[in-house]
Amino acid sequence: MTFADVVGQFLSGLARAGVLFLIAAGLSFIFGVVKIVNFAHGALYMVGAFLTFSYTKTLGMSFWVAVLLAAVSVAVIGLLMEILIFRRVYGRPVADQLLLTFAMVLIIHDVVRLGYGSNLRSVSRPPLLAGAVFMGDIIFPSYYIFIVVVGVAVLAGFWAFLHKTRLGKTIRAAVGNREMVACLGKPLPWLFTVAFAAGVFVDGLAGAIGAPLGGIRLGMDFDIIILAFATVIVGGFGSLPGTALAAFIIGEAYSFGIWLMPAIALSLPFIIMAAVLIVRPWGLLGRSGGGEL
Amino acid sequence: MKRWVLIVVGVVALVLPYVTEPIVVHTAIEILIMALFAMSFNLLFDGAGLLTFGHGCYFGVGAYTAALLMVEMRMPMFPAMVCAMVMGGLTSLVFGYFCVRLTGVYFSILTLAFAQLMFSVFQQAYTITGGDLGILDIQPPAFLVEVNAYYYFTLLVVGVSIWLLWRIMQSPFGRTLHASRDSVVRTQFIGINVRRYRLAAFVVAGVFASLAGGLFAPFNRAVAPFLVSWVKSSDPVLMTLLGGSATFWGPVVGAAVFTTLHEVAIGYTTYWLLLMGGILLFGVLFLPGGILGFLEERLHVGAAAPRTRMTEASGASSNARAD
Repeated sequence: MTFADVVGQFLSGLARAGVLFLIAAGLSFIFGVVKIVNFAHGALYMVGAFLTFSYTKTLGMSFWVAVLLAAVSVAVIGLLMEILIFRRVYGRPVADQLLLTFAMVLIIHDVVRLGYGSNLRSVSRPPLLAGAVFMGDIIFPSYYIFIVVVGVAVLAGFWAFLHKTRLGKTIRAAVGNREMVACLGKPLPWLFTVAFAAGVFVDGLAGAIGAPLGGIRLGMDFDIIILAFATVIVGGFGSLPGTALAAFIIGEAYSFGIWLMPAIALSLPFIIMAAVLIVRPWGLLGRSGGGEL
Repeated sequence: MKRWVLIVVGVVALVLPYVTEPIVVHTAIEILIMALFAMSFNLLFDGAGLLTFGHGCYFGVGAYTAALLMVEMRMPMFPAMVCAMVMGGLTSLVFGYFCVRLTGVYFSILTLAFAQLMFSVFQQAYTITGGDLGILDIQPPAFLVEVNAYYYFTLLVVGVSIWLLWRIMQSPFGRTLHASRDSVVRTQFIGINVRRYRLAAFVVAGVFASLAGGLFAPFNRAVAPFLVSWVKSSDPVLMTLLGGSATFWGPVVGAAVFTTLHEVAIGYTTYWLLLMGGILLFGVLFLPGGILGFLEERLHVGAAAPRTRMTEASGASSNARAD
């Protein structure tokens, strides 16, 4: 166990955290604005990864075009889901909303199986980022650095969108007081649609840029949604900085766990989540009062 | 539900092995076990307003406990099933202690997390649980090996359990749970410790789910981590919603329709999840009361008004901000 090993493991954890942050940020944003817990978020992430495979391998597009197109495609799917299905149940009990998004998990799972079968697929890293940066013994794979940059850019982008643009400010106002925003003549349903599509776009982006990290397969949808829930809960529902912090903790815990204690590595995120839920049910950086009896 | 419907169903259940083929009896056993599993889920869902996404965990603990004791310890089936219930009760007591501290979505996700935790434990503890291979060759006692005998045994156990669940829901305990579902604040105002009542409900549901698991292991002759997985946890949710969660018999109807549909569908297609997702989507959007709720409303078999559930959940979510 040398210093270079530790740094290498830390970097791979950081890359994992970057992808996890994108997914969890979208999930948390949708929950914050639309008040829907989107179980289908993991399924849409999987769709993003499979589409990247199709766009690069089958259609021969360049990686960068494929990533952008995959994220946009996923956003369009999300847009249609919101308009055609979720919009009908905004006033209904939470259980109904959970069940509808869960129905989408089942449907998307089998539609992907219909289109791609159960085989493992892979996407190679773009030539520009296939190499690594060396600092003495320490190797920084360029692609890991790229993912971290994208994660930070999305965090900054979300913040700028919500605080600096008119649309973002209106969405924040709608989170605070829906009725007042509606009274000012803002089209509330369309604000929700935009917010939902934005959250899902980031989710699809995560699927696309996460694709070259590991295999693309059926079942990744459910693995990731539980990790994303864990991240959002550890960080605090609706808190973007909290989500970033939690993604960092869970990504690193997994990365070092698989190296040092492989037997419990898969359980670590749940242990962390259970611990946080018991001590601070509203998450590390969330606001108190939510979800406690 | 009208008394004559119950009597007709009861008579059909009693004479079933004499009028059908063994394969139908086999499916009927599965329906009975799943009905008990779904009913234990609905004790929490409709009874206490708690939507658990990790109920498969207790089914799996029951099945694994019975399987391990019967195969490794050579314990007879009946004491093994009692031990399965005890283990299920203890597991749900420990996990429930933490889960009932939360409400709404937070409760649902924590139950799911504990179930996933158990799943990875069962999958990784090769030396005890056999990992992915599971435990094979679980033999019921000689007088229950024949499918008809096991059917009557299951019918008896599930029948008694459903009667017990009915009594529990009609008892002051069940009424208090209903009250806490409809308004936590008012229930607390009259001096009731809602958290303690919810924990008790969680344990009762866990015990009956693990009994269902304990019945399933010798019936299936094998157990595998699949029984603890999220797919298994989603089964009672789907069955209950399909049958109608606001009615006592809804989960039984849902289990029957779901299991029969599954048996028929796997003969034609492997895209079972797609079919199930489509049915769930349709059901939630257009049949919010489930099959039984719809029938009762249309045929006036009984009175079942659609109710709002999990009212606190919306209160909890409105505290979250998006900045």
